[in-house]
Amino acid sequence: MALNPPEQLRFDLSIIASWIKPGARVLDLGCGRGDLLAWLTQHKNIQGTGIEQNKEKAAACIGRGLSVLQGDLRDEVQDYPDGCFDVVILSQTLQQVYQPDELLKSLARIGKQVIVSFPNFSHFSIRLQILFKGQAPKSNELPYSWYDTPNIRVITLADFRKFSKEVGYTIVKECAINTHDQERHGKIVSIFSNLRATYGLFLIET
Amino acid sequence: MLKVSKETFSYEVTEDSQLLDSGIRLSPITIAYETLGELNEARDNAILICHAFSGDSHVAGFYEDDPQESNPGWWNFMVGPGKGINTDKYFIVCCNILGSCMGSTGPSSINPKTGKPYALDFPMVTIGDMVVSQKQVLDHLGITRLHSVIGGSVGGMQVLEWCVRYPEMVKSAIPIATTMRHSALAIAFNEVARQAIMVDPNWNKGDYYQNPGPDLGLAVARMIGHVTYLSDEAMRRKFGRKRQDNKDFSFNFEANFQVESYLRYQGSKFAARFDANSVLYISKAADYFDLADKINTRESLQDLQGSHSKFLVISYTSDWLYPTYQAKELVQALKRTGQDVSFCEIEADCGHDAFLIKDSRLTNLLEGFLDGIEPS
Repeated sequence: MALNPPEQLRFDLSIIASWIKPGARVLDLGCGRGDLLAWLTQHKNIQGTGIEQNKEKAAACIGRGLSVLQGDLRDEVQDYPDGCFDVVILSQTLQQVYQPDELLKSLARIGKQVIVSFPNFSHFSIRLQILFKGQAPKSNELPYSWYDTPNIRVITLADFRKFSKEVGYTIVKECAINTHDQERHGKIVSIFSNLRATYGLFLIET
Repeated sequence: MLKVSKETFSYEVTEDSQLLDSGIRLSPITIAYETLGELNEARDNAILICHAFSGDSHVAGFYEDDPQESNPGWWNFMVGPGKGINTDKYFIVCCNILGSCMGSTGPSSINPKTGKPYALDFPMVTIGDMVVSQKQVLDHLGITRLHSVIGGSVGGMQVLEWCVRYPEMVKSAIPIATTMRHSALAIAFNEVARQAIMVDPNWNKGDYYQNPGPDLGLAVARMIGHVTYLSDEAMRRKFGRKRQDNKDFSFNFEANFQVESYLRYQGSKFAARFDANSVLYISKAADYFDLADKINTRESLQDLQGSHSKFLVISYTSDWLYPTYQAKELVQALKRTGQDVSFCEIEADCGHDAFLIKDSRLTNLLEGFLDGIEPS
């Protein structure tokens, strides 16, 4: 099979990959060109499926032998039977979807576990920009202006913990990291994570 | 260049288990087929390609008696050494469908009881009957497992039928620009085509083989069909309102527009090569086809060991005969029953026939998907 997985995954994806058990049934939402799925297929022998809106990226995934559906993830997650995946991954997309609470509910229905990651909006550099410049902040993780951003909502690690508690999700694993968008290296942040982490990753169950 | 030859396989239908879906016994049955590449020792590298409505077994390459190479196979850009469906790796089989007129038994074949062509005595055949006859050819070739079954349009219907009838034989399936069942729109176009043939006086209730056939009706039927295979965008790009030979309007009913002239040409070209009764039979088989209920049940798509086929569903943005929503319905049904399915809509303005036009995106999809199917 010409999977051609990358030698090394992006730092945040490598943490997600470390949470996935060998042989698991995995659904990767917004799977891009399928690097994570290809890596997991090669190294953990998973049964992977991806969903990708972009036709060219979805075709690239299928062309490397991955099972991928081209379509809108909000529609595509509707058709699966309950609990048909061990893990559903929503990586760096939560900040871009309408009705994220509904989406997470669907994901918790079709997957036994859900992994969610997003840029942390309460990083100190963002707080300082609002405090001193009084403008919508930009960062390496959130590089857009207010008028052209695909990120329609802002989420902090503290927000997600509170939300999980309220809707009854159990946070099984949590990891705050400090890395830049496309980097293969990064650091795990364990102290004052809401202030210092650029991304948060959560493994939740219902 | 790749040389191929048309073979035939004939068999008698003696057992009741081999009756047509209509319950009628059709015997003998001859199926024309062509093969490319070599069947490997493990006999696990065979791919069946199913042709569309008016296609034939000549999927790729050139015939021995065609030194000018004027007659390439209908999917020559896709199938061959080093191509998307690589004949260096795979053994390709393509059968002419039952009911057609390109070497397989159909209404123009001789009825052994009368010594004359069957005409309307030919029984109604279904997509299922076509698939059963293809299975006979594979049995004859000693193939028990297919690496993949691939086909577009009516060929895609055969692909789906294969997955339901013989799930134990199908490791993967690629239905392209197809549907689980015809919409009213698709049935309507087919009915207009059938009526165009049947109102031609030369049709003579199907009994025309000794006389000039219903060529005019058949040409009109093809004109209708051809429009459904194109798209608004493609016709705008190709013809727009361009005049034939740049002439002014003639103020009569000559073909003033290029699109008129083009359709007339396509119609008469088709009438010269295809049997009108075959159009009636095949179009009816396509209209009768309905696998929605079967694909919605898990059991019908798995073999006795419970293993499933891997699917790649492909649709085209400008296909208005089998639009993407119908491909999505198929994908939904496959997802609900837990099948391993991939789907991609290809952006193309050529309409339903886009899968017959060279496009590296389709080639890459097929090549990568076929490579990803693990050997048994």
